[in-house]
Amino acid sequence: MTNSKPLIWRDVRFWRIVLQLVAVFLAVIVVVILWGNLQRNLQQLGIQFGFDFLKQQASFDIGEALINYKPTDTYSHALWVGLINSLRVAVAGIFLTTIVGVGAGIARLSDNWLVRNITMVYVEIFRNTPLLLQLLFWYFAVFLSFPKTENKISLWGFIGVSQNGLELPWFTLSPEFSALLLGLTFYTGAFIAEIVRGGIQSVPKGQWEAARSLGLKPGLAMRLVIFPQALRVIIPPLTSQYLNLTKNTSLAIAIGYPDIYFVASTTFNQTGKAVEVILLIMLTYLTLSLTISVVMNLFNRSVQIKER
Amino acid sequence: MTNDKLTWLRKNLFSTWYNSLLTVACLVLLFWAVRGIITWATTQAQWAVIQVNLPLFLVGRFPQTLYWRIWIVLAIALTLAAITLGVFFGKQQLTKRGIALFAFIIGVVLVVLPLDFTSRLWLLLIAVLLFVGFWLGGKFTKVVTPWLSLLWLLSFPIILWLIGGGFGLQPVSTNLWNGLLLTLLMAAVSIVLSFPIGVLLALGRTSTLPVVRWFSILYIEIVRGVPLIGILFLAQVMLPLFLSADVRLDRVLRAIAGLVLFSAAYMAENVRGGLQSVPRGQIEAAKALGLNTALVILLIVLPQALRTVIPAIVGQFIGLFKDTSLLSLVGLVELTGIARSILAQPQFIGRYAEVYLFIGFIYWVFCYSMSLASRRLERQLSN
Repeated sequence: MTNSKPLIWRDVRFWRIVLQLVAVFLAVIVVVILWGNLQRNLQQLGIQFGFDFLKQQASFDIGEALINYKPTDTYSHALWVGLINSLRVAVAGIFLTTIVGVGAGIARLSDNWLVRNITMVYVEIFRNTPLLLQLLFWYFAVFLSFPKTENKISLWGFIGVSQNGLELPWFTLSPEFSALLLGLTFYTGAFIAEIVRGGIQSVPKGQWEAARSLGLKPGLAMRLVIFPQALRVIIPPLTSQYLNLTKNTSLAIAIGYPDIYFVASTTFNQTGKAVEVILLIMLTYLTLSLTISVVMNLFNRSVQIKER
Repeated sequence: MTNDKLTWLRKNLFSTWYNSLLTVACLVLLFWAVRGIITWATTQAQWAVIQVNLPLFLVGRFPQTLYWRIWIVLAIALTLAAITLGVFFGKQQLTKRGIALFAFIIGVVLVVLPLDFTSRLWLLLIAVLLFVGFWLGGKFTKVVTPWLSLLWLLSFPIILWLIGGGFGLQPVSTNLWNGLLLTLLMAAVSIVLSFPIGVLLALGRTSTLPVVRWFSILYIEIVRGVPLIGILFLAQVMLPLFLSADVRLDRVLRAIAGLVLFSAAYMAENVRGGLQSVPRGQIEAAKALGLNTALVILLIVLPQALRTVIPAIVGQFIGLFKDTSLLSLVGLVELTGIARSILAQPQFIGRYAEVYLFIGFIYWVFCYSMSLASRRLERQLSN
């Protein structure tokens, strides 16, 4: 027996490198073919790739804008307005849905039979129907069926409800914004309720008993002992619900609320710049998703058990 | 007896002063809501829009003379579903109460729904098939199980053939596939097609080859970071640009492509969970037996991983089923799309609440029953 080197195709390391090279090669081929097709098709349509169109005049109106906007402004300004509108719904939605979800999750475990079952009905109805349908319902069947502004319904004297949306003493929310916000809040809230319930149930019973035997009232025991421990289980899935809510703001287009997706698709309709618009949309949402993930991961780290 | 009820009441509704307060508040709320809904449903709502358009909601503009093909499809799919349910839940014997409930529901459906005579006959036949299928699945579990996946696989092209026609049947173009039919079809086709891609992506993500792993991670994370409507937009607008000029995909196929691209990324994450749940010892044992990597994955890892992710996949299917409503935004006439076009008819303007409640109920029935089944399946698989 000679002590020669083993044959190269008997070596695992060789095959690992070959396999990866093949993968890269295949990916490159696919990209080249697709890119070639794209170039050819765009040429046929007479469209040039480039982001110059962002500096052109948008010449469409946007229903509601927090910053100054007029149709003579540029596309990039219009997209900013859309982004701010998206963020407005997402932030308000995340805030409200947390309240609704945590409330419903705790109510699901109430020792009151009626409270428990009403919440269960809420969760099962809202979780098992499409969000888009709920948005359409809120907008067309609820807000548009309200009376005109002149004879608005007054709730507790300071909230006015009419076709013009929700009128609070210091500002008015448009019906589009209100429908989107309510739809997202209650839909996501139903999912969060289940997450919170699961989290609370995952805390061992002994913790309850120990807290009670220390003389803590049920409310305090929940706040000081049970909930902080449940948070460890709750936060990771809660993060993905926040991400879902943020991505779902793009359904605004169904009810005509001018969010980033709405503005971007109007831009596409006017300019035909499909590739650029898609890239902008993807970049925006990826940035939003990444930001939320990072923030929630930081929060998650602060509630995890510190192992010393 | 009355004493029992009183203790129950005291324990569950009036245990403390604030619980009593809550109970009263809930009762008032409930009374107010139920009264409002009943008054609206009986006096203000006009349900004619549902009655007149029922076939439109269910199958859209599918030619009326070819409805028998849809009935056969329904019979095949439901019988297979019943057999599958029977295999999984057959151990719980059919109770008298279960049978009675089933018969009652069928009876109510047969009597209440405004259908013609042939439809009622078909429904009755399907009900019988459902019952027999469930019984068969429970009784002959051992014989049926190995054939089940093959039967499902076979049923797929047959169903598509029956709906689409061709090969001796009168062809029906895809823009006539509407309503609930399209919704179900899109969800089923997308989940089935996204399954192999999802498994490959999951294997790629857990692979030890850095290039393969990074490709998979990149794909999964990008798709999961973007809203579905963005992906559908991409599929409708960009796909034709990426393909060479002589390949023309119609609207339905492009939508399927979008849904599959989207769903594969989520499927990959579900399957990855399953892959991680397979104990390392299994892989080591397989390697010790002399199996190479491909065989280890195919014969040892995947069968165990996939079994544990069945409930997660059912959950994903429910999500996908709901998400098909977004197709109405890219011009497809599935259940939500057809609702919107019915609402555009001049004689039904403003009947939003009736129509949306009705299709909401359809979505709900499907999603809720699937989630019930999935929960029971989870319990079954865990012991």
